[in-house]
Amino acid sequence: MSEPTGRAEVRRTCKLFVGGAFPRSESGRSYVVSAADGTPLANAALASRKDARDAVVAARGALFGWAGATAYNRGQVLYRVAEMLEGRRAQLAAEVGLAEGLRPAAARRAVDASVDRLVWYAGWADKVAQVLGASNPVAGPYFNFSVPEPTGVVVVLAPQKSSLLGLVSVLAPVVVTGNTAVVVASEDRPVPAVSFAEALATGDVPAGVVNVLTGRTAELAPVLAGHMDVDGIDITGAPYRAREELERLAAANLKRVLALDDVPETQPTLRRTRAFVEIKTVWHPVGT
Amino acid sequence: MVPTPLAGPWSLDIVTSDAALRKLLHGLPGVDQVGAEARAAALATRSIKREAKMWALEMAIAMIDLTTLEGSDTPGKVAAMCAKARRPDPADPEVPPVAAVCVYPDLVGAAIGHLAGSPVAVASVATAFPSGRASMKVKLADVRDALDAGAQEIDMVIDRGAFLSGRYGQVYEEVRAVREAAGSALLKVILETGELATYDNVQRAAWLAMLAGADFVKTSTGKVAPASTRPVAVVLLAAARDFLHASGRRVGVKVAGGIRTAKEAIAYLVIARETAGEDWLSPTALRIGASTLLNDLLMQRAKQLTGVYSGRDHFSID
Repeated sequence: MSEPTGRAEVRRTCKLFVGGAFPRSESGRSYVVSAADGTPLANAALASRKDARDAVVAARGALFGWAGATAYNRGQVLYRVAEMLEGRRAQLAAEVGLAEGLRPAAARRAVDASVDRLVWYAGWADKVAQVLGASNPVAGPYFNFSVPEPTGVVVVLAPQKSSLLGLVSVLAPVVVTGNTAVVVASEDRPVPAVSFAEALATGDVPAGVVNVLTGRTAELAPVLAGHMDVDGIDITGAPYRAREELERLAAANLKRVLALDDVPETQPTLRRTRAFVEIKTVWHPVGT
Repeated sequence: MVPTPLAGPWSLDIVTSDAALRKLLHGLPGVDQVGAEARAAALATRSIKREAKMWALEMAIAMIDLTTLEGSDTPGKVAAMCAKARRPDPADPEVPPVAAVCVYPDLVGAAIGHLAGSPVAVASVATAFPSGRASMKVKLADVRDALDAGAQEIDMVIDRGAFLSGRYGQVYEEVRAVREAAGSALLKVILETGELATYDNVQRAAWLAMLAGADFVKTSTGKVAPASTRPVAVVLLAAARDFLHASGRRVGVKVAGGIRTAKEAIAYLVIARETAGEDWLSPTALRIGASTLLNDLLMQRAKQLTGVYSGRDHFSID
């Protein structure tokens, strides 16, 4: 409890972020989120499988526009999100500090790293094709190109420990190439993810490109892994014992599955970006 | 207590003049707008689960008038739609066929061959659909054209201009004339409730159409917003129920336009069951005019069967 100031505190409702809106859970459920030291922090929405379904519908609806946007535009949008985060650094640092039990300086470093990482991936938007694509030599009068294209709707189970840097590190590489995402935030540390969603909403991210669910990973992950309208899933945030089952469910419609153990705390890489693009190769006759 | 504005043995003799029709239609008990909307909203929240949901999904499929009414329609598109109408899910023969396909009169011929030997009927819009702005001669020719091509069901539009100016006799005579021209074909009368302004008008138009011999009253052409709404369905189904009490003849209701999700379709089934009764839960008394709805019903059915949410890539595009 803060010191009495004679003013009624205005508390924030931690809601979901689906299709550009902030709904409560369809189920009406919520759960108590505690700080690292055990004190209750907030009531977060406890998303149900129907919220997960709605999020996939929103992500599918946004895919055409986002995948069709120019790479330059996508980069600018992500950069804009970084701008929004920059202005919320103090709030985010306080939330990350409480959620992860970090000292203020360490929390600030985590937030700064998150913003920087977003900018790093934003810069890749119009450079990915040069690195992952190729102009291939062929034995005939053809140009032969390989170009990366987005996989589609990608579910991201965000890391459980690193509440903001982890989230940004798994989300940014997915959406930068034109995928749309349904993110399941860290189960016990969702508050920074909710704030991140609020930054997304005030950035220029089109509705539905990123959808953030808070709740039980064990409840939401199987629904999303089995969903036939999801094209890929990053199961970083799932416990090891659940991974085999998630991969089995994901195989039903041949989802791309990424199961990297580490979240790059120090240096971001293109591995996660590479995991959720499809390489399309086209032949084009020379001289026409 | 069911209101019976037409107590006693049913006779068409009393409704031959404008004045008599006006007296009858304006003598109907007024529709409680707030009540109808609240009722529709309350019924739409009802939760239908498991076996009941499965039953409702398959019933909704069987009630569909699979519709394509675009200027860009081609015989090829109609052929594809007919194949889908006969067997909505090629991978699952358990899925029932839809009730009918609904096309423009010039495409009835294209549809009829593809539906031979199937229970799927061919419905044709007629009478200068969707506006109804043509002379009676042209409207009747439109109907005969569709029937000659083999249509088993006719979806006619009423002259909303005449109805709204109070020329009830004219609207009545038009429906009568089309009824006679249609012969044994099923006649659905489109009221275009989005243009009728009030629920009282919707109720009057429904009674007018039913008195004139409609087999179904239908909400909308799909070309005017708002198309079918749940409160309008409440009003129409209540009118159909009251008409059954008054005349002994059952008239069906067709909701059409803007119904795209299984959830909405099931809400209409609930409204029909609770407003008119279980007898309306049949393709002979309730139809749903739609196209994209079918895929959503199939996806929800797949979800019921497999337990995982389905994707639209797994069903044909229409």
